Order: sequence, then C-alpha cells, then structure tokens
Amino acid sequence: MSTQEASLYESHKKVYPRAVTGRFRSLKWAVMGVCLAFFYLMPLVRWDRGEGVPDQAILMDLAGQRVYLFGLEFWPQEIYFVTGIMVLAMLLLFLATALFGRVWCGYACPQTVWTDLFVMVERWIEGDRMERIRLDRAGWSWSKLRKKAAKHGIWLGIAVASGCAFVGWFADAPRLSHRLVHGTASLTDYGFVALLTSTTYLLGGFAREQVCTYMCPWPRIQSSLLDEHSRVVSYQAWRGEPRGKASDSTAGDCIDCLACVQVCPTGIDIRDGHQMQCIDCSLCVDACDSMMTKVNREPGLIRWESFTGQTQRAAGLPAEWRPVRARTVLYAALLLVVAGVMLTGLTLRQPYHMEVQHDRQPLFVALSGARLRNGYVVKLSNQTRGEQIFTLTVADHPEVVLAIAGEQDGAVHHIRLVAEPDGQTVYHITASLPQSRLNGGTETLTFVLSGGGRPDIRVSDHFFGPVWP
Amino acid sequence: MSNEVEKDKLSGTDTTGHEWDGIKELNTPLPRWWLYTFYACILFAIGYCVLYPSIPLPWGGHTEGLLHYTNRKAIEADLKANAVSARPQYAQVAARDLDAIRADAKLREFAVAGGRAAFAQNCVPCHGNSGQGAKGYPNLLDDVWLWGGSLDQIHQTIRFGVRNANPNSHQGVSMPAWGDAAKNPPQVLAAGQISAVADYVLSLNHGEVDPGSAKAGQAVFAENCAACHGESAEGNQDMGAPPLITGVWLYGGDKASLVETITHGRSGQMPAWSERLDEPTVKMLALYVHQLGGGK
Repeated sequence: MSTQEASLYESHKKVYPRAVTGRFRSLKWAVMGVCLAFFYLMPLVRWDRGEGVPDQAILMDLAGQRVYLFGLEFWPQEIYFVTGIMVLAMLLLFLATALFGRVWCGYACPQTVWTDLFVMVERWIEGDRMERIRLDRAGWSWSKLRKKAAKHGIWLGIAVASGCAFVGWFADAPRLSHRLVHGTASLTDYGFVALLTSTTYLLGGFAREQVCTYMCPWPRIQSSLLDEHSRVVSYQAWRGEPRGKASDSTAGDCIDCLACVQVCPTGIDIRDGHQMQCIDCSLCVDACDSMMTKVNREPGLIRWESFTGQTQRAAGLPAEWRPVRARTVLYAALLLVVAGVMLTGLTLRQPYHMEVQHDRQPLFVALSGARLRNGYVVKLSNQTRGEQIFTLTVADHPEVVLAIAGEQDGAVHHIRLVAEPDGQTVYHITASLPQSRLNGGTETLTFVLSGGGRPDIRVSDHFFGPVWP
Repeated sequence: MSNEVEKDKLSGTDTTGHEWDGIKELNTPLPRWWLYTFYACILFAIGYCVLYPSIPLPWGGHTEGLLHYTNRKAIEADLKANAVSARPQYAQVAARDLDAIRADAKLREFAVAGGRAAFAQNCVPCHGNSGQGAKGYPNLLDDVWLWGGSLDQIHQTIRFGVRNANPNSHQGVSMPAWGDAAKNPPQVLAAGQISAVADYVLSLNHGEVDPGSAKAGQAVFAENCAACHGESAEGNQDMGAPPLITGVWLYGGDKASLVETITHGRSGQMPAWSERLDEPTVKMLALYVHQLGGGK
C-alpha cells in the first residue's frame, strides 16, 4: 500500500445488491406493492359527498383550505386533528422500533420502497450483481448505451408518474391528470411534478442508501428507542465464528460465502454487528438461510434476535423474548391515550361554531341617555352545506340591547344571524347597557347562539365601561 | 507526522491524523457529492448576486442586479393590478347613490372596505384609528352628531367639511368666547355668571351642583345660550350646536372644562375632503363611518 493523506470526503462506493429469494423478500415485495398501490391509486378513489363538493376519498385541498378524509372534512382551524394523526404515526413508529428495530426503514419507508423499485428495474434491464458490475466497468458500446438509456428512461417514467400521483393528492386527480396531459395545468402543478420527479429520480436512482446514512435523522434518533430486548437482524457470532470452509469441521457455521454482504441494499457486512447503516430489511437473513440449507446446516445464523436472546443462545439457554416491558407498555399506552382523545374529539365535533372578539379600540362608547355600548366581532362557522339561521341573545342580562352595527334594529334583545353554508360569516355586533348596571367598570356577558337543531353555543366576553377613580 | 493513514485500534476507523493531548480525531468522511452540493450553493449565490440587489457599495447604495428587482416595485405593481381589478366596483360606487349602494350587500362590502382604507389614510390623525375621536375631535361611534348622523348628512360633512374656505362647508355658528371681551362676544359674561351657567349645564346631566347657582345659571342660559343650544339644551344641527343633555362631551364635561369652553369659545374645523379625494372615495368613507355604530 502506498502512503496517502486521509481524505475528508469519501468517493461514492456504488452498491450492487444481488437478487435474493425467501420469506422476507416476499414480505418486502408485498409491502412494496401495497405502499405503491396506495400512493398511486388512492387519489383516484371516489367518495360521494353530494353536489358541488369534491368527491375524492382523500384530498388535501390547499386552495379551498379543506382536508377531506372519506366521511370527514377538516378546516384549517382543526389542524390539531392532522397533528394528532402525525403524533399517532410517530408513536406507532416508536412502538414498532422498540419491538422490531427499524422495520419501518426496511419495509415501508418511501425511500426503501422506491429504491427497491428502482433496483428492480435496474436488475431487470442490466442483469444481476455481477453483470451490473461488469457492465459498469466495460467501455461504452451500443449495447451498454441501449441498456443505460432504457434503464434511465423507465426510471424517469416512474419518477414522472410519482410526481403526477403526488399532486393528485392535492387536487381533483382525474381532472388534474387530464390538465397535466393536455398542458393546461398551472405552473405550480408542473413545478411540483418537476420537483417530485427530480427527487424520485435522484433519491431512488442515485442517492439510495446514502439518504439513510447521511440525510435521514432517524438512524440517530432510533438508537435511543432500542434496548437489549428489541429484536433486530443480527449475526449469531457465537455460532458462526471462527469462519471457515464448509468442509472444515473445526470452524464455526459461517462459511464466509459473503452472500449476506452481496444482497445488502446498504452495502454493509452484518457480521460486524448491529450498525447504524442497517435498516433491518432482513434480506441477508434470506440469503444466509438458503446458503445454510445448501450446506446442510441449521438456518438462522443471521436472524431476528434481541441482544438478550443472542446472549442466552450463546450460553446454550433457550432464547426468550420480552415484548411486554416498560418501554413498549409506555408507547402503547400513549398510543391508546392519543387515539382515545382523537376519537372523543371527532365524536363530539359540532358543525357550528361561534367566536366572539371584543373590539380592541375603543373598549366602550358613551351614548346619550347614560348608556354604554361595546362592540364585538362575532364569527359564525358553518361546516354544513346548508344556510343556517341563528338567534343571538345575552343570558342573564335582560336590559342588554343588541344590534348589528350599521343596521338599525331598535331596542331589541335578540338578533337574527345567518351563517352562510360551508364558510365563516363575520358580524360586527354592538351591545349596550345603562351605565348604572356596571359595577366596578366591567361586566361579563354570555352570548348564547341558538338554532340549527343543536345545543346552544355559549361564549362569554367582557363588557367594559369607564373606571371611575 | 507521517503520511500514513492511521487506523484507530478500537473502532477500526481511520483517523484524520489530528491529535490534541493524546486524543485523536476519527475520520468519518462525508460523501463527495455532499461537497459538490456545497459548491452548487456557492454557484447559486453568485447567480443570485448577479440577478438581484445584493452588494453594498462603499460610496453608498448597492448593486442593483440585472433584474432590477425591488420590493417597492413589486408592491407598486400589485397595487396597480389591484386598482385595475377593482375598477368595475369603483365605477358602480361612482354611478349609484348612497342608499342604492347600501342596499346591495356585495357593493356595500366593497365600499366599506374601501372606506376603511381611506379612513386609515386620511381621518385617523384626528378621529382615531377606530373613529373613537379625541378631545376636540368628535367620536364617530356614538349616537351624538354635531351635523347629523344620517348617511346623507355624514356624506355632506365629509365632502365639504366644517368652517373652511369651501362655500358649501358647514359654517353654523362658532361658539363665542363669553368671557373674553377682546373676541367680540355678543355680550361679556362675568366669571360668576359663567360659573353659574356651567353649574346649570352640569345639573342637566345629573351632576351634583349648588342648586342656587344652577338656578342663576338657568337665567343666563335662557338669555345667551338657548338661541343656539335650544330652550332645553337639545342642540341644533343646523348651527353645529351640540346637545348639552346627553352626557357625551367633545371638550370634557367636568366643571373646569365647561368653564373653559364657555370662557374662550369653541370653533371646530374639518377639511372639505372632496377637494382632496375623488367622489367615489368620499362616498365609501361616508358608508364606512355610517356603519361604525353611530349612524342614524
């Protein structure tokens, strides 16, 4: 070896994962199929909501400020439900990690799913590991050019399809795809298609495992969620070492065939122990098992095993697994609590809301006849598709006179408010009281909104008057 | 230091060859494309500097950039586009009379919004940011009006103003300085008479005063004040004479303020806004002020 300076930058070492078959590979194909089908086809699923309302089952209508989720419809002010879904997803991820390590990374993460798809295309066109390595080393020829062009063509096709499917989640997908094809979609639509096309193409085709190693924070966070009872993909060193030929009866079970290294999508050697780059995809388990079967040894040299289990096996004891432990119970309990809160919130959801804001300035207006008047902005939200008429009154204060500012209603104690369908209606309301009714400068008024066949909505606010020295 | 790359025995990782007090730094290199991303950012920054204003110049100002972009130009373009898009409604406001605009919910909403903007630009210095007024500047939210609170009266007042050079402005009658002979009041009142009439006005508003003084003040009032403020102090909008029985005061309602007002007189003014703003804007202002809560 010649002497050299330590480099601060690492040249890209391309990983050429070998094809493998087995139960985990089959599971991974199945999960990939479900995930891709959900992403590409879900925007096309319809859900009838009646006249004039989008009929897309899942739609994030940013322009219309609505999120449609089958029978549910969320407004921007209910963003906490969306936050709740994210918290649930996070807790589910915590629980899954505490139980089975990085199953999410190995099976369901979009980066894994699309990389798998891209590698599948690559393998289909350029052949398996050794053929791909030879092709990359060979000089340029017509056949190499044809293969590379075909591969990148299909990759770009997948990337464009992903871009189009992505924007389909945010607009009426069938009509949007029609516009996209006919060149009549907006520049924003094309911009997002281009963005998602380029990220899919670059991350799936080129960056691949480097996204997991260098970009994603999850491998770092994850180490705090694992413990010695989490089952992760691990090499049974006690059984495998020392490595040797299959014919060597003094050596361990590992025949050093490197099958586990060659199938690894992140290009690591699992026999070095559990490491940051490992995404627990368990393709090495399949590879090792088939090899062990070939040489008539017991499979399971690389297996899903906890650190404790492995130590027990090494000592000749049966491996035990403790899925129920403080950590998993805590995550599961939090999961149930958040799910319970969300369900309760969804069940108690009302279609009408009232918000009352006291005028900032002036706090009160002195009127003739020793009366005081306060102004309020009253916002009525109507989440139904029909106009709704309400009556606004003030509880416990029969002498309060209400009016819609700018309209002469005379001395009335209740006013009629119309809540426009599917939107917010804003009224400027005034309330007046004889000054003598005010004790100490302020009163509390409780506005009561009745109508709509629902329980009354009550909102309290202050009524201000002059504070005498 | 040797040129040999050294391997850390424990972790099996190369070191960078840097050492501080026996502690060696492990080399965990970034991928090279990461470095290229950094170079790409530098290229982007150079392109940005060429296109957009960015570099301060030592003799003042800055480079303008090839696109000559500024936020001010952008907002001016936005405002222009907004004015163009609002032209049809603006023409409607110009063409229709106030009651017709008020009856049309959509147009009224447009006019009130336009009025709110015009109010913020022109009226706020005197009448306050919500129209709440200040001492000497009428509150536009209450139900007491010097020159009338109907939509047409408000419109008239905004158009021509009060006691200015415009021939159509409200002139009414300026309140004389009853205690200052140099200012030519119809008749100078003695300090005692002024105090008495102030007591009388206070008594009309349920103030606690000396009944004798108030009684004396009533006679002074009938003789000097009733001509404008009315027999029972109910006010007169033709003269711009405020009612004195509402408890709502423009210059303060305590004894000292009343004495000061009577002694030195009052003569509020307001510009004729038709001389400064176009007719649709004045209409929009009238509609805005009318719906603040005090409109009749």
